Amino acid sequence: MTTVTRGRRAAGAAFLGPGLLFTAVFVAVPVLLVLSYTVFQRGRFGGVVHTFSLDNFSRALEPTFRSVLVSSVVTAAVATLIALAIGYPVACAIARLPERWRTIALVLVVIPFWTNFLIRTYAWIVLLNTQGVLNDALVGAGLVDERLDLLYTRGAVVAGLVYVYLPLMVLPIYASVARLDRELGEASADLGGTRVAGFLRVTLPLSLPGVVTGCIFVFVPSLGNFVVPELLGGGKTVMVGNLVRDQFLKARDWPFGATLALFVVVLLLVLFALQSLVSRRYSVEAGR
Amino acid sequence: MSAPSAKQGPGLLWIPLLGCFAFLYLPILVVVALSFNSGRSALNLQGLSLRWYAEVFRDGDLGHALLNTLLVATGTMVVSTVLGTMLAVGLVRHARSTALDAFAMTPAILPDLVLAIGLLSFFSWAGISLGLGTVMVAHTAFGTAFVVAVVRARLVQLDGSLEEASQDLGAGGLTTFVRVTLPSIAPAVVAGALLSFTLSVDEFVIAFFTNGPSSPTLPIEIYSRVRFGVTPEINALASLLLLVSVVAVVAGALALRRTETTDDD
Amino acid sequence: MTTEPTTEPLLRVRGLTAAYGDVQALRGVDLDIGDREFFALLGPSGCGKSTLLRSLAGFEQPASGTVELAGEDLLAQPAHRRPVNMMFQSYALFPHLTVERNVGYGPARAGLPKAEIATRVAEVLRTVGLEGLGRRRPSQLSGGQRQRVALARAIVNRPRLLLLDEPLSALDRNVRAQMQLELKRLQHEVGIAFVVVTHDQDEALSMADRVAVMSDGLVQQVAAPEELYRAPANRFVAEFIGRSNVFEGAAGPDGLTVGGRLLPGHGTGSFLVVRPEDVVVRPRGAGAGAVLSGRVLETQFSGGSTAIAVAADGVATASGQPLVVTQAGAPSVQRGAEVDLSWSPDAARIVA
Repeated sequence: MTTVTRGRRAAGAAFLGPGLLFTAVFVAVPVLLVLSYTVFQRGRFGGVVHTFSLDNFSRALEPTFRSVLVSSVVTAAVATLIALAIGYPVACAIARLPERWRTIALVLVVIPFWTNFLIRTYAWIVLLNTQGVLNDALVGAGLVDERLDLLYTRGAVVAGLVYVYLPLMVLPIYASVARLDRELGEASADLGGTRVAGFLRVTLPLSLPGVVTGCIFVFVPSLGNFVVPELLGGGKTVMVGNLVRDQFLKARDWPFGATLALFVVVLLLVLFALQSLVSRRYSVEAGR
Repeated sequence: MSAPSAKQGPGLLWIPLLGCFAFLYLPILVVVALSFNSGRSALNLQGLSLRWYAEVFRDGDLGHALLNTLLVATGTMVVSTVLGTMLAVGLVRHARSTALDAFAMTPAILPDLVLAIGLLSFFSWAGISLGLGTVMVAHTAFGTAFVVAVVRARLVQLDGSLEEASQDLGAGGLTTFVRVTLPSIAPAVVAGALLSFTLSVDEFVIAFFTNGPSSPTLPIEIYSRVRFGVTPEINALASLLLLVSVVAVVAGALALRRTETTDDD
Repeated sequence: MTTEPTTEPLLRVRGLTAAYGDVQALRGVDLDIGDREFFALLGPSGCGKSTLLRSLAGFEQPASGTVELAGEDLLAQPAHRRPVNMMFQSYALFPHLTVERNVGYGPARAGLPKAEIATRVAEVLRTVGLEGLGRRRPSQLSGGQRQRVALARAIVNRPRLLLLDEPLSALDRNVRAQMQLELKRLQHEVGIAFVVVTHDQDEALSMADRVAVMSDGLVQQVAAPEELYRAPANRFVAEFIGRSNVFEGAAGPDGLTVGGRLLPGHGTGSFLVVRPEDVVVRPRGAGAGAVLSGRVLETQFSGGSTAIAVAADGVATASGQPLVVTQAGAPSVQRGAEVDLSWSPDAARIVA
């Protein structure tokens, strides 16, 4: 009896072993390693000196850095909200399309997502450029008197972030709403509600898990992004991602860079906790 | 019985829907249009020509970067598919543990910046010099998670008694895996392989941190050029990459549709 | 009460226990199964019959107990080495292989030469009536054909024991009766011991040589179908097999005392079981020797016989349901009539 169970355990280990080991060595260990740097110090020539210190944390809270952290969160949040404002109606619209059109619409949403995001960000540089097409159109239509400096502003960064991550907002919400519309729309109508009431009372709350997922998918990458702020914001708009990258690749103060990155990780964990709370309360399963 | 709900179209929602598509495609279409520019401007269309496409194909550095990218992506695809498939089988058939599931998925959930600095620190601490090899290892670490997700989804739908039947008939664990499980999950394995390949080709942030100075991948090469501003050659390159994406996504969607309709049970 | 097989048992199960987390699926099962026997495991869902079957196949690991197959310790071997084959409820045919390759899978794993595999496969396909369909794939077969492939695939390895998990549940009703006969014929032809798990008692009683009735992780009784019906060992078996009237009371030498009345019967225990067809119903006062009196609640005529529900005076059945009497032909009493009920003491059993 025990030899059989031992054989099965060995088989399980053989399948799980390599993948888990690889993930442990090349994901878990590196992440824990770099997060451990937060309590150490930068060596004279750029290495890491293992003297325990909380200096990095107090430094991160200094006004210059603190303002960057705060403005990063604000920028990412604004981008998320705009993406939500666009994404939610779009997801609902797609859910209401007839079957065949739905796949086409989803493919159309996904294609930009599968294009290299550098290219997509680049497209905005072209578009927003002072000599570019958008300015041409605005001046030509008589909407503005002279060309606008659209590029290298915080607004451009927000627009870029929304542009890059919008598909990630649409897809989870669509998945949520598509299921719900089918199952509950009929029940709500049957019970005498109007379409609007049905939406507000039933669809909206129950699509919340999809909304939260979509928001996380947009907010977290936006926060850690350094390419969009750099390309569309120039030197003027600095976000956490830029700081981290500079600390690691230019200033070579890895412990401090790690501390700034920790900020992003903590926010991520908070958002995950929020998500599991919401999905538990608002899941359709809860009502079965 | 409730009254049958007529399939209502989007109605007013057409406005945000079309607006969204316009928003998503306008910048890209502008770039594509400008790529056919006959003049030297990257921003204003002066005439039509394919000269910039020719430039792209002549560009040696781009060619090298592309080669590097394809090398890394191929290696990533092979290793992450093998690791990911085995891991998925282990998670579904052997150890039903949500903790292990979550652990296997962490690379996909972690922000790429965090993984990037983590791997940079790790390679530095371990004394491993940076180059295409380290990029490949990094991409594999996170590609594996995606392969696991795709294969797992298919495996869970599978009738578990197929593998039991195979064992009942005298096949041990490995034989069962090769002769029964693999054929049944083959489409998912292929999808996972393509997914990890594509993710590697497109991946910038992690490659940026874990690559050495001398052999850039294509995204890194693009980044270096884009930082200095817009050029018509980049317009052409961007259009080409866009074309590749469109073809890939449409082909993938069609293939997916075919596997769904030819499913037996 | 429990009949032994006629020859030295092929399979001996002693003290088998198994648990899923907190739930005890098997609580100490003892069983003997003879060579060439058609044996059924019968019981309601959750009784442990599937767990027992899967333990024999090797897909469940019992917590304790022994299983001997032809004298060898079966539990020490992993599933793929046991001389036992299983026919799965879902058939589990390999969708990517043809019928021939499905059936030939076992022999191929055993390393038999190709020529011999081909011969065996052809022979067994003929036995199950699937000649000529070897090149088809499972998706191109009907449900009944798929089942035959599953059977063929199991038999071709010439196992000592063939396990069948709810073999007829996936079939249409009309096909089922036919398949029951098929299975019996097949079992005689190949001469292998069959162990069938089913929740359908008609199936078990009509096909099996002996049936083990299970409940709550234990074997309640093992006997031939007629004996299960005629002499149930306890209340559970009595109520599970066929219909019966069960009363609870205190046992004495002549019968069971319930609510002050003596109900005749033999045996020990606190429940008296009498089958509906053994109860005689007559108009009140029509004769002597009435055991109980009561009033007819309902009669249900169904062609060959009538079921009559009676509310007995002063005495309730153990389940609270009315007493049921069956008569051949049309009912002899009408609804609302006052009646006397009686039965022979030999027809009623007192069980635990």
